[in-house]
Amino acid sequence: MSATTASDDVLIGRIAQGDRLAMQVLYGRHHVRVFRFGLRLVRNEQIAEDLISEVFLDVWRQASKFEGRSAVSTWLLAITRFKALSALRRRKDAELEDEAANAIEDSSDDPEVVLTKKDTGAALRKCLEALSAEHREIIDLVYYHEKSVEEVARIVDIPENTVKTRLFYARKKLAELLKAAGVERGWP
Amino acid sequence: MMALSKKMLDEPSEIEMLLPWHAAGTLNARDARRVEEALGSDPDLARQYAVIREEYAETIGLNESLGAPSARAMQKLFAAIDAEPVRRPSAFSRLSTRISGFFASLSPRTLAWSASLGALALVMQAGVIGAVLVNNQTSTFQTASLSMNEPTVRSLGSDVGPPRALVRFAPDAKVSDINALLDHYQASIIEARGGLFRLQFGDKAMPKDEIARLISKLQREEIVNLAVAAN
Repeated sequence: MSATTASDDVLIGRIAQGDRLAMQVLYGRHHVRVFRFGLRLVRNEQIAEDLISEVFLDVWRQASKFEGRSAVSTWLLAITRFKALSALRRRKDAELEDEAANAIEDSSDDPEVVLTKKDTGAALRKCLEALSAEHREIIDLVYYHEKSVEEVARIVDIPENTVKTRLFYARKKLAELLKAAGVERGWP
Repeated sequence: MMALSKKMLDEPSEIEMLLPWHAAGTLNARDARRVEEALGSDPDLARQYAVIREEYAETIGLNESLGAPSARAMQKLFAAIDAEPVRRPSAFSRLSTRISGFFASLSPRTLAWSASLGALALVMQAGVIGAVLVNNQTSTFQTASLSMNEPTVRSLGSDVGPPRALVRFAPDAKVSDINALLDHYQASIIEARGGLFRLQFGDKAMPKDEIARLISKLQREEIVNLAVAAN
């Protein structure tokens, strides 16, 4: 069995033994999704790239402790989330407030947005970006990273029922933003 | 409008909250069936599901548009890894890698057969235990002996390849002990079936008497319940 056909669990076992090639394979498989998940949380490419190195270095160091209770991809996203939140905490509050204000201005004042009002898809993307970090992450985890209720609960460290209600209210918030942008979709 | 306001104030139903996972195809079969049935009978729910499918598609589009990280991230990672102290892998990780590597190499069909054989072995064991109990009840003088002390050496294959044995470990054997045993005998697991492991020793053929000694030694190991030569 070659390293390229090994399952993620097998790769983690090899990484625990210090197998650098297995690390390269695992990195190749998951780094783009880890980067995108991190980027959506920290909204800064430089920081998101730094996050990837930190996440996979943690994998290298902690592989022997991986118990296989969840998928490796779920474990990776949980580490990424933890690192992203730590990185965000390191940033100044003022910096975050400025960014939040810019995001709101972007969704209302930009002339391009007026055009996108006619284009539901583009408006949806704009509004997805304007959601809070908490709402963005749950939507990304379910729709893009295809994580089940149980897996999201594990990554975000909240009860499964909270996962369901949080996604519902994230979607509701999205609908409100779209409505404010002039897009009616018939729900809610 | 009143209906809409009321709807917005209402707590979502369980099925309503599961719709996004249904769109992503990550519900279990039972929940997926429940959602499908509800969608078939509730037009409001079906309308909401159509909206969710739009959100699903655009979320994927948005994430895919984010691009990929530069090579700098990988260089930084492996520079950091190279700077890490060289570590000695734990016994547990080595054994679990061996076992998981072995199972990962099997095809789903082989795994299914192995599971079936395991189940069959359990049934046979139950039958043997039952027969022993019945015999014990019917005859107080009848004795039966099954010696496992003498090595059963058959088809040693000394002229075709390295020696192999079927081994069953004691139920209380520690993973670290099993791993140490494998290392000591330079053995690798090449097959597992119903609690039996087929081990291969080294990579060279051995004379018959040497194999017999090896199996005999293996049988005397505390953590080994059964060891017989095999192909």
